[in-house]
Amino acid sequence: MAYSEKVIDHYSNPKNVGTLDKAKANVGTGLVGAPECGDVMRLQIEVDEESGVIRDAKFKTFGCGSAIASSSLATEWLKGKTVEQALEIDNMDIVEELHLPPVKIHCSVLAEDAIKAAINDYRVKNGLPELVAEKKAH
Amino acid sequence: MNLELPIYLDNNATTPMDPRVLEAMLPYFTQKFGNAASRNHSFGWVAEEAVDYAREQIAKLINADPKEIILTSGATEADNLAIKGVYEMYSSKGNHIITCTTEHKAVLDTCKHIEKIGGSVTYLDVQNDGLIDLAELEKAITDKTILITIMYGNNETGVIQPIREISKIARKHGVLFFTDATQAVGKIPVDVNADGIDLMAFSGHKMYGPKGVGALYVRRKNPRVKVTAQMDGGGHERGMRSGTLNVPAIVGFGKACELCMNEMESEAKRLSAMRDRLENALLELEETYVNGNREHRLPHTANISFKYVEGEGLMMGFNKNIALSSGSACTSASLEPSYVLKALGLGDDLAHSSLRFGLGRFTTDEQIDFTIKAIKDTVIKLREMSPLWEMFKEGVDINAIEWAHH
Repeated sequence: MAYSEKVIDHYSNPKNVGTLDKAKANVGTGLVGAPECGDVMRLQIEVDEESGVIRDAKFKTFGCGSAIASSSLATEWLKGKTVEQALEIDNMDIVEELHLPPVKIHCSVLAEDAIKAAINDYRVKNGLPELVAEKKAH
Repeated sequence: MNLELPIYLDNNATTPMDPRVLEAMLPYFTQKFGNAASRNHSFGWVAEEAVDYAREQIAKLINADPKEIILTSGATEADNLAIKGVYEMYSSKGNHIITCTTEHKAVLDTCKHIEKIGGSVTYLDVQNDGLIDLAELEKAITDKTILITIMYGNNETGVIQPIREISKIARKHGVLFFTDATQAVGKIPVDVNADGIDLMAFSGHKMYGPKGVGALYVRRKNPRVKVTAQMDGGGHERGMRSGTLNVPAIVGFGKACELCMNEMESEAKRLSAMRDRLENALLELEETYVNGNREHRLPHTANISFKYVEGEGLMMGFNKNIALSSGSACTSASLEPSYVLKALGLGDDLAHSSLRFGLGRFTTDEQIDFTIKAIKDTVIKLREMSPLWEMFKEGVDINAIEWAHH
């Protein structure tokens, strides 16, 4: 299976690998996937409380090259967006940007789930209700 | 040091042809191109002679009589012929077959077919080291059992089953014993008489011969075994497999067998030393495990799991330079992790984290050195990126976490 240049780049030079302090009130942590599926992503966001802008994002992923690239790309896109804007990120945007083949689309879905999980964690920590995802046709 | 990249360490998938094999085959394409079944002219006679000679070379490798070799298009066909052929031929005796869960798909799928047409199949579990339990095997035999099929050496883990003991049990109960020996023949001494084997499949392209050719050994004495042909036609191969013989490939297969017979002992020593060196160097990494029994194992195979790192991601770190396989779901067309590793009791996470190394005749020490470094570097880099590794280091019990499935 040939990987796209972008996937290879994210794999070889991943952006924003690391860990934020999940105890902080303005850090949201999303942990999605499962070891049995071969895909686990942890995505974290640090939100500027005043402006609602995501000023830092970090990830760690157990998974194939496409999973790593999807989560790395997600952290790049999150930085500088507000939390509301971050909710608009759709997995198909990731698929297009990375040229993911059909068999790897689920990696992008997991990345989108990770973003939403991180945002929900942030919301819950700050007294807001969790957002319920609309059922999308995948 | 002149290390040519990429390095090939996937000899269990296929092997490069030995140049000496290619040389033996060449005249049979454009010069000695006759059909071996053309009885009435020299083109046919020359081709037939070449096939007879190859049959002898093949038989010698496994201590069989040349008349007991049926040539096929490969081991998959030989597996099909053995299982379906015995099932049909011995249908008056019974309809029960015993096999095990770590067999190659060519055997498992054929057994599924047998179940569909009304036969019954027992799939024995293996122990955590990949070996079958002999007592379980004997218990599974009924008065309707007509065949036991257990592979000689496993293609993913290299584990060698207790063939002679299995044969004793089969003989004791009057059941035929078939073994898919594709990974073992040519690599370790396989003797159909000393080992007590009734039918055996093996293939050219796993022993530095051409693809598209293989053999089914079918015993003629003590007992005399017959199989119902699955390929009908001109009655070739004593009526057991019709179809014009692929003379160049058969010549190559014969030569490959001869080379293995002569070089097997020294090669096995060299390969197991390199394999052990590779394995021990990689085991220096934390949380790294060998899958399968390390004592009863083919000399050239190693299957190793690197916990908390996923196999396809791991391979991406070096697969431009090193060719390997993985038990990870992402590397299989079905997205299921290796069923062989699951049968050994590995959790999905370790099955996803495995790499299979298949060393071969053309593997060198420099290649092993390069591989050790590349894999160690990649494992360390990916662990830095793995949330599971971080949790493990913090003492979190990963098994206790409830994962959000989607």
